[in-house]
Amino acid sequence: MKKYKLIDHTADIGCEIFGKTKKELFANSVVALLELMLGRRSSSETKEKEAFETKSINVEGIDLEDLFINFLREVLYLFNGEGWVVVDCHPLQVTNKHIIAQLTGEPYISTKHQVKIEIKAVTYHGLSVKKTKTGWVGRVIYDI
Amino acid sequence: MISEIKMERLDENRLLIPKSGGMKVPGIIYANENIQHLLKSDESARQVVNVAQLPGIVNYSLAMPDVHWGYGFPIGGVAAFDLSTGVVSPGGVGYDINCGCRLMATKLTLFDVKDKIQDLTLALYNHIPTGVGSTGHVKLAGKDQKKVLLEGANWAIVNGFGSPEDLETTEDGGVMAGADPEKVSARALERGKQQLGTLGAGNHFLEVEFVQEIFDEKVAAAFGLQKDQIVVMIHTGSRGLGYQICDDYLAAMVKHAHETGIALPDRQLACAYLNSPRGRDYLAAMACGANYAWANRQVLMHLTREVFEKTLHLTPRQLGMRLVYDVCHNIAKIEEFNIKGVNKKLCVHRKGATRAFPAGHESVPVRYRGVGQPVLIPGNMGTGSYVMVGQPRAMEETFGSACHGAGRVMSRTQAVKSSRGRSISREMADRGVVVMAGSKGTLGEEMPEAYKKLEDVVQVMHESGIAKKVAKLTALACIKG
Repeated sequence: MKKYKLIDHTADIGCEIFGKTKKELFANSVVALLELMLGRRSSSETKEKEAFETKSINVEGIDLEDLFINFLREVLYLFNGEGWVVVDCHPLQVTNKHIIAQLTGEPYISTKHQVKIEIKAVTYHGLSVKKTKTGWVGRVIYDI
Repeated sequence: MISEIKMERLDENRLLIPKSGGMKVPGIIYANENIQHLLKSDESARQVVNVAQLPGIVNYSLAMPDVHWGYGFPIGGVAAFDLSTGVVSPGGVGYDINCGCRLMATKLTLFDVKDKIQDLTLALYNHIPTGVGSTGHVKLAGKDQKKVLLEGANWAIVNGFGSPEDLETTEDGGVMAGADPEKVSARALERGKQQLGTLGAGNHFLEVEFVQEIFDEKVAAAFGLQKDQIVVMIHTGSRGLGYQICDDYLAAMVKHAHETGIALPDRQLACAYLNSPRGRDYLAAMACGANYAWANRQVLMHLTREVFEKTLHLTPRQLGMRLVYDVCHNIAKIEEFNIKGVNKKLCVHRKGATRAFPAGHESVPVRYRGVGQPVLIPGNMGTGSYVMVGQPRAMEETFGSACHGAGRVMSRTQAVKSSRGRSISREMADRGVVVMAGSKGTLGEEMPEAYKKLEDVVQVMHESGIAKKVAKLTALACIKG
């Protein structure tokens, strides 16, 4: 299953994210966000796995869609506000209003991480999180 | 899609969306036939309709001719709200609070710089921090940061980045009243610490231009512009601090709407009543973002001045760099307008729209009051920009507002796709524009074909009597993130 695909939007950039389960949807949304901003990490970087740090985050929302946005906001803030690049995400517990996830990441280093685009924010516009026959699909538009 | 939305042509330059469904007022889009045709491929007309449904909206939900699909409000959207029954919407201001333009004039002419433009561009690119996560020369400690949020451009002047006369020609004197740093989150403050004096990425830029054509000699003279003069246009805003303020308040207002049962056509339109504590808190935080942006553009002007003096070996007097004007185009402001014969204070949201006050208005700087407020319209890379002047019609029809740029027609992904295999910077060089950008992707996204024709957009404003053409500026060099 494809993790995500980009969708066209005139001024900004949209993304459709897929997952067999809700947990996988949330994990893949992190992959999509990071790949959009920083591109694919080279294999030489992933060899340094032992240098990574872990963090757990606890996010709430008024419903599943709001939770999805708040979760992505948190991951985006880790990069924009704390200069921390998430490499891997393991959702431990996901309900419609609450997620606990364990994140693996590393500090942003300009020579190591090539920034492709600046994502200013995760917007509510055109947002949806839906269950389909094969799993879950989330749609989100980033302000860039 | 636009086909669902009924529109009637009012005249050559305006479309009316009659009131229907949940709309509290009709919509008006400033568009000639060329622009109307482009509207068909996006959702911006739907967004004009959505904004028309918000509580306390006055007269019309408006869109300027550079309208395009945004999130929540359309980009190019203008809406005014009654102070007692209306709302303020962080999404109606945008993430980049007080994103705006600053135009600086010099005593130099095209002849003086034409052989030195490469050196000048390189020096500007090396000296002015650009790009994602770029940090500035100014590091703000807690106390100073609060001063920036309270004092805006004046903080920069006091700290040696410019002269007091720069404030005279900055919208609102470079400071918005009512700012309260206590209403700004720790996260937003953190993001703002290292970004003062940085240009940022995306569509933000610094452009060296020359005055190619003068349309109105009298007004151009009042603005101190003449043919072949070298000028500099800066386009940037409040950086991460502003984005975080918007995001924080948007999240809180979505939660609030849910708890109080307010139905929203789009969650991105989340809002709070202007007379509620939440609404007032947002305005106080937004003013901090606006002040940060004014200080940012002031510091950038100073850095630009230094680069010009050093690279061209000029004294400050020889260079004579002075501020023509600084306008914001993402903001909500309390301003007074005549509504059905009564003067009323309203909260005007301009999301990708420029204030365009006419001659005689007390908010126009004294030195321009006889002609009107300068309206700065940057175009896309390579086509240069326009300087316009606000007209009385703007006060009657658009809450004193005009367009803010060309407006995108092509999505960024389409633009990157269609620029693949081309060297945009070489194409720009062939047109006589030196471009330096942090990433090739940015150049592709921002290539000229990705935008509407600036001439169409400007012409609609000119013919509607909202803002009048004063001068056309043509790009010589551009630096981007």
